[in-house]
Amino acid sequence: MTPSNRPLSPHLLNYKFPLIVLLSGTHRATGVALSIGTLLLTYWLGSAVYGPAAFDRASGLLGSPIGYLVLFGFSFSLFYHLFNGIRHLLWDVGWGFELPVARKSGMVMVVCTLVCTLVTWAVALSH
Amino acid sequence: MVEFALPANSKVLPGKSHKAPAGAKRVRTFKIYRYDPDSGSNPSLDSFDIDLDDCGPMVLDALLKIKDEIDSTLTLRRSCREGICGSCAMNIDGTNTLACLKPIADIKGDVRIYPLPHMPVVKDLVPDLSVPYAQLASIKPWAQSQTPPPPDRERLQSPEERAKLDGLWECILCFCCSTSCPSYWWNGDARYLGPAILLQAARWIHDTRDEFTGERLDDLEDPFRLYRCHTIMNCTATCPKGLNPAKAIGSIKEKLAERRF
Repeated sequence: MTPSNRPLSPHLLNYKFPLIVLLSGTHRATGVALSIGTLLLTYWLGSAVYGPAAFDRASGLLGSPIGYLVLFGFSFSLFYHLFNGIRHLLWDVGWGFELPVARKSGMVMVVCTLVCTLVTWAVALSH
Repeated sequence: MVEFALPANSKVLPGKSHKAPAGAKRVRTFKIYRYDPDSGSNPSLDSFDIDLDDCGPMVLDALLKIKDEIDSTLTLRRSCREGICGSCAMNIDGTNTLACLKPIADIKGDVRIYPLPHMPVVKDLVPDLSVPYAQLASIKPWAQSQTPPPPDRERLQSPEERAKLDGLWECILCFCCSTSCPSYWWNGDARYLGPAILLQAARWIHDTRDEFTGERLDDLEDPFRLYRCHTIMNCTATCPKGLNPAKAIGSIKEKLAERRF
């Protein structure tokens, strides 16, 4: 029996992650979403180079209901990554590693994210 | 690399079922990961119905009852049965902990017991821990100094200096934390040291009697060995001794940042 034949014990799908760990996973997911969203933003700005027709097509795509949904996700990801990034900076200076504090800072981060996302959209849609 | 599914030889198949004796009133089902290296087949999940009126209060009591009375081939590590040796670390009810410290009453529904996650399995609940042990050796977990000790006494510490080691020396190296860390799972090949080993590294970095702090920090200043910690904090959430490996790792990162200025 060589060690390489040994089975790997179950991991991700067998673990009950606490909320703070899921928040960390969401940070990673929003980071990926931001990369893709930035490409989308570049596409919109870049389309202007190809003239009014191309720009209108890109604006129409982003202005469609599905486009709005994607933009909503993008803005949520932006605020989430921003506020959780601040949380990471606080950890970097040694603050907030105790579990109750980390849980609370996570909650504050989520509330800030939701409020900023909703306020942004309320302001954007009222114009 | 991030991987979600298990390799083909690691998929867990349905296993045998052992019913409770007739007349048992308080029956709980224990679903236990089984793997027999001699069988040549995949791991399986066996189920054992246990009468809790005829069993000790902890998960370890149930495991030993199963081994003694139902299936003597059930293989697990255990020794002290009081949370000081770290042998019976396993994944119970989806969380890494020590079987001897985990009350059965704390678990709702079936009690699911697996080996520590993302480790090669030797047999049943026994994972191969040779990688973390080698990683432990790599950080030189002993006091290093160049100056000779005073001829007539030990190297002394003030109470304040000694207090820096609190929360670090209590680690029993059960590896619940390292094997709960997604970053440790996915930066395999032993490149990321993981929370248990980094907490040990912190224990020697903060020890005022150790004179090799600079060398220890040099050794950790590496994209993989230390900086694959992304403060996910599952280590701290899972530690059965209530320690804070995430904070210990943070303290190393702080030391590294401080010496740059």
